[in-house]
Amino acid sequence: MTKPENPRGVELSSKQMKEGDVIVNKWDPRVKYAWATGEAISRFLEEMKNGKLIARKCDSCDRILFPPRMFCEECFKPTTEWVYIKDTGKIETYSISYLDKDARRITDPIFVGVVSIDGASEKMGIMHYFDETTKEDIHIGMPVKAVWKPPEEREGAITDIKYFRPLKEGEE
Amino acid sequence: MTIFRRRLQETGKEMSYEASKMALEEAGLELKDVDSVVLGSAPDAFDGIHLKGENLLDGAGGAGKPYLRVFVGGGTAVFSPIAGWWHVASGLADVCLVVAEEKMSSCFPHPQSAFGHIWDPILDRPLKPNLVWIFAMEMNRYMTVHGIKKEDIARVAVKNKRNALDHPCAQLAADLTIEDVLNSEVLAWPVQMLDISPPSDGASAMILASEEVAKKLTDDLVYLSGAGWCIDSTMWTDRDLYFPEYVARAAKMAYKMAKIENPPKEIDVAEPYDPFDYKELHHMEGLLLCDKGEAPILTREGVTERDGDLPVCPSGGLLGVGNPIAATMGIKACEIYWQLAGKAGKRQVPNDPQVGICQAWGDLMQYGSVLIMRRG
Amino acid sequence: MEEKIAVVGAGSTKFRPDTSEQNWKELMFEGASKAYTDAGLNPRKDIDSFVTCAEDYWEGFSIYDEFVPDQLGAAMRPTCTVCGDGLHGLAIACMQIMSGMVDVVAVEAHSKISDLNTYNDVVLFAFDPIYNRPLAGHPYYVAGMEMNAFLNGSGNTEEQCAGVVSKNMTNALKNPLAAYGKRVGVGDVMGSEPMFSPAKKLDIAELVDGSVVLVLARAEKAKDIADNPIWITGFGWNSGTPWLEGRTWGRASYAEEAAKMAYKMAGIAEPRSEIGFAEVDDKFSYKELMHLEAVGLAGRGQAGNDLENGRFHADGDLPINASGGSLGCGNLIEASGLHRALEVVLQLRGQAEGRQLNDVERGLAQSWRGVPTASGAAAIFER
Ligand SMILES: [Zn+2]
Repeated sequence: MTKPENPRGVELSSKQMKEGDVIVNKWDPRVKYAWATGEAISRFLEEMKNGKLIARKCDSCDRILFPPRMFCEECFKPTTEWVYIKDTGKIETYSISYLDKDARRITDPIFVGVVSIDGASEKMGIMHYFDETTKEDIHIGMPVKAVWKPPEEREGAITDIKYFRPLKEGEE
Repeated sequence: MTIFRRRLQETGKEMSYEASKMALEEAGLELKDVDSVVLGSAPDAFDGIHLKGENLLDGAGGAGKPYLRVFVGGGTAVFSPIAGWWHVASGLADVCLVVAEEKMSSCFPHPQSAFGHIWDPILDRPLKPNLVWIFAMEMNRYMTVHGIKKEDIARVAVKNKRNALDHPCAQLAADLTIEDVLNSEVLAWPVQMLDISPPSDGASAMILASEEVAKKLTDDLVYLSGAGWCIDSTMWTDRDLYFPEYVARAAKMAYKMAKIENPPKEIDVAEPYDPFDYKELHHMEGLLLCDKGEAPILTREGVTERDGDLPVCPSGGLLGVGNPIAATMGIKACEIYWQLAGKAGKRQVPNDPQVGICQAWGDLMQYGSVLIMRRG
Repeated sequence: MEEKIAVVGAGSTKFRPDTSEQNWKELMFEGASKAYTDAGLNPRKDIDSFVTCAEDYWEGFSIYDEFVPDQLGAAMRPTCTVCGDGLHGLAIACMQIMSGMVDVVAVEAHSKISDLNTYNDVVLFAFDPIYNRPLAGHPYYVAGMEMNAFLNGSGNTEEQCAGVVSKNMTNALKNPLAAYGKRVGVGDVMGSEPMFSPAKKLDIAELVDGSVVLVLARAEKAKDIADNPIWITGFGWNSGTPWLEGRTWGRASYAEEAAKMAYKMAGIAEPRSEIGFAEVDDKFSYKELMHLEAVGLAGRGQAGNDLENGRFHADGDLPINASGGSLGCGNLIEASGLHRALEVVLQLRGQAEGRQLNDVERGLAQSWRGVPTASGAAAIFER
């Protein structure tokens, strides 16, 4: 006796779906949101437009929190101060993706990963793209710098940074 | 549990009904014997129904009863029976039916489209992320910190898909080699096609009863002996992904409750969450079943095979049986029950296992739920 | 109930139709901070477990649970999401304590419904995809159908429903948290725009944002934490069939069963004489009357008459929705029930300011999850 015994369920194949053997009930939900960005992220986005990264400091634990927030999750106290940080950092991890957001295959892979930003507390960073590097060269620990869109094209979004590229020698 | 497949004909309600019915039959109970019902199900975006717990409730046997849905992302698979335990342990219910359901195939163009909405709308979503990225970034960090080779990770996929050959519900059971995994299509480096569990439709159910009632139903009692659950901060880009500290916290909570001091020695069988092959290793370490970075070595040495010293995912796991998110309760919590009750048949691990652990994981790499059972 | 559990902290934001200067995290942080300050607890040390009540499509996320911990002080702590009303969350929190797994639990529920631009479409998205959803239309027609069946079956009248609106919106004038306090007469309601006949514009609670947090503790802890613990002596929850076609229209079986479960736990045999005041769901005016009859605080078909006789007014024998209810405070979506619990707690503590009821010892909070559900919960609180 092996449990589960005689498990139930009827499989439908993709072929049956495609060839119309089954009736399909479709619905395209109208779901639209406009999230209030809140105090911390509003300022963060404004500064992105200016080509700067900004963080919040917590007086209790002395951490420089990035992305910025109005309260510190460790201390559960309001954060106290705005602090500009650099637009350079270090690759904490990365992936080279051949999938788009709907799991469709793409031939030109996306380099994506987490960058910890210089000037914020250790490990604090954001997810972003990488470019001007190769599959062979990119590595965890690589120093990188933001490449910004021209000021007139910035709109107050994470994508005001186009991507991060390897930091050149002697550059800050 | 139902079979797990990319697409089942049954609706979510019908799958919930089939799984519930099977569990009631196995227990020798009828719905009228059930005092309360817990439903576990992950995003509404899969089934394509807002308030999906309300829609599923009659299929899950909840109509006219105290009925609740809990939802902690992928962690729901093991969190649901924990919530069921509260119903019984609080004295409110003698019999609690726990049902877990996921109908991922309803979501077009691909279930992964629903995962687009799990990200922060301002910081992440404009980058058009794919769910696999999470795993790729975490896997890369884990491999780099410990210097782990991909072939040692691929062994997990080979083992679990082979174990799944003995599971009657399995969607992706196969006899593969390490080379097959290493040569499979690269999706998001370092993640390849055979590193991944599939999207699935399926449901599973479990019945929890007070000791008094359970003794009347069976001689082979299996007790719930420890539970833990923990969530890490939302700010996933602010932490080191190489170790799941939140799983360790949940595990410590569960071990304390179960009075387990030396997990590697005292645990006889484990079902950690394995949506990707490296996740099994990551979670073995999070569950403190070995040291950090040691799980790939144990796997290479055969310790985690079904007949090894510490059998891990004898069910075939998500990699082999399928991944209908919350419904993987059937291959985590239900599997540990079947293993300890000696009902796992072809999948049975040898040497009369006495203590087992299962774990699920979810959200933005931040949720751990852990449940420990022991034989009566 | 064998295990004694108390409310040791309570906090809430104001309820406002528009909170665009705050994001959902900042709104929840405000509610939670107030409750923790009220309890005198540091969530990072003193609270064992956290529960929030939320649904993905209200929020606009696929796994909302991810976005909960930081603002509740719950990062790296036992935390979970219940897809239910705040009183469902309260039930989960109580069960956690009764199981012996934790001692102190925070329960949060909120509405950030102003972030959602297509509320009607999302409610419709909760309808059965095969039988009901394709009929489309504004989903509140279900409430119109139910109101019609209830009034016909029970003998209560549209004017009496209008009386509920008048009472609750007027009560809300004395509640500093409320968004829709206003002096409204029965004639104003009867003359308001027909919406889902027999429901008119003023019969329907308007949406509102807010976050409510309660902190619960087991008895031994509660006495150390709070000077004025309010005891939860019973709670219950229940769901009727989800099929619109299979319902007994005009009857709120979920409320009957949830109340029955709570009364049994609290040892209440005669709710009408043993309960001093209540906060019951009034997302639609008729629902207050329907729920009062379901939970046994009014005889079948009698709720409307009782209302007209002043029994449910703030100075009556059995004050109902002294807070202003959903009609006066706003529809807080899944936080509606927890707001009711908050009001009962404030009344029992004697902290209800201008709307304080005299000599109250025991109160009921009752909730309903809204169209199209037949799910709800109830809880009894005592001084
Ligand atoms: Zn701090």
